[in-house]
Amino acid sequence: MLDTHCEKRLRIEGLNAFYGDSHVLHGIDLHVERGELVTLLGRNGAGKTTTLRAIMGLVERRGDIRFDGADLSRLPPHKIARFGIGYVPEERGIFSSLDVTENLLLPPTIKPGGMTIEEIYTLFPNLKERAGSQGTKLSGGEQQMLAMARILRTGADFLLLDEVTEGLAPVIIEQIGIAIGLLKERGFTILLVEQNFPFASRIADRHYVVENGRVVDMVAKDDLNDPGVAERLHSFLGV
Amino acid sequence: MTTILGIPMQALLGQILIGLINGAFYALLSLGLAIIFGLLNIINFAHGALYMLGAFAAWLLLNYLGVNYWGALILSPFIVGVLAVAMERYMLRRIYKLDHIYGLLLTFGTALLIEGVFRNQFGVSGLAYPIPAQLQGVQNLGFIFLPNYRAWVLVASLFICFATWFLIEKTRLGSYLRAATENPKLVQAFGINVPLMITLTYAFGVALAALAGVMAAPIYQVSPVMGSNIIIVVFAVVVIGGMGSILGAIVSGFGLGLIEGLTKVFYPEASSTVIFVVMAIVLLVKPTGLFGRAE
Repeated sequence: MLDTHCEKRLRIEGLNAFYGDSHVLHGIDLHVERGELVTLLGRNGAGKTTTLRAIMGLVERRGDIRFDGADLSRLPPHKIARFGIGYVPEERGIFSSLDVTENLLLPPTIKPGGMTIEEIYTLFPNLKERAGSQGTKLSGGEQQMLAMARILRTGADFLLLDEVTEGLAPVIIEQIGIAIGLLKERGFTILLVEQNFPFASRIADRHYVVENGRVVDMVAKDDLNDPGVAERLHSFLGV
Repeated sequence: MTTILGIPMQALLGQILIGLINGAFYALLSLGLAIIFGLLNIINFAHGALYMLGAFAAWLLLNYLGVNYWGALILSPFIVGVLAVAMERYMLRRIYKLDHIYGLLLTFGTALLIEGVFRNQFGVSGLAYPIPAQLQGVQNLGFIFLPNYRAWVLVASLFICFATWFLIEKTRLGSYLRAATENPKLVQAFGINVPLMITLTYAFGVALAALAGVMAAPIYQVSPVMGSNIIIVVFAVVVIGGMGSILGAIVSGFGLGLIEGLTKVFYPEASSTVIFVVMAIVLLVKPTGLFGRAE
């Protein structure tokens, strides 16, 4: 099923993660190929968000994390970001002491080839109108767009997106879906944590199902039409 | 002679001036404390001792190495700042994850240690530091005689406060600092070396204290206890301004110096307690301080 010409950008083997005494991930295995859009599906508390946090070095972790061949598992977050990995956290992380423009310009440029401010405003026109507002005065949807927009400027070409549709109105979800589609067309590689399966199934190439800190299933886009696969997914996700 | 409410005009203006000078030191010290508290979440009780170290560094530089006031103004904050880098790396870094009280205890202990060493070495009587030749003399402003050195302290500290405010609130570097104060992990995940930024921020806050120490040396005695004399008032100033607020530290520093000066004229008995009365009132009305934001 895997195309041998594809090049693995991210390969994770036996990833364990901990919050203090609690052991949250118990050996996650997954990989993401160049240009792919892969989702992590699963119930609340399954370990999806922790997987992204572990890749970024934001939690204590053990295991093998290879990105473009380099070992990330012992590096601090600021060095991991320098490989061209852009992170949109679940809580969006818009800074209230910064206005919209300052939020947008906050992440430093990591690589050449990032989007210009004009391109970003074309993708998310709402942000242009709100440029002078305090970051947290934006609506939930605008905050989500800002959280995505600010990492597109930096030249990062591998995106970790955590629950970008959570709590948003359908019309905003639609807009974010279009934006993610455009990013994929531009060659971005994306690992997306998502609870909204209908949304995920429209845009992703492959899905991993995470349960109790492990990957329990992997489903490619084309297999979703298979009734057996669909039923299996539904039993995992409880939808 | 002109009087206001029965007080001679000259006495009033004189106390206002003294109040502003004291306020300049309150502002410089509380500014450093506010920056450090904002990013490190550490209540830096060693701040007074580091201010004292700044003054002593200037005195030692002058008497042992012949470095004059202007040299000390640069060198002393640098030397004390390097010490701060070591303190942050080897002591403070270990306790960030713990409750505020540990930072307070650790820095308080450090302050006692530094002060004890200097008390043992130099006694408590205080050492004189000469006013630099360029700043001797007074200006007759008509209504008051203003010593040149005090005018310099006022202008210089206003400038330093403004420059620091501008750096933090209006520049890109400052936006990193503000963002890291809110969410250091996320800022680090964007590729910014936050641990280094924390070290340099502590050093900068401490260097401001040392700079205040050098400027204080010709006005007050250079003494091992000069830090503990001023630090309690400075903490009250920080609380009034709002913990972690840059503008709050500056405005309440100068403002409370002024209030203290005026109290000396109108009701001298209360002059040493008025700041704490203001603090109590502010805490009752607005517990986060005048410029503080609720978390």
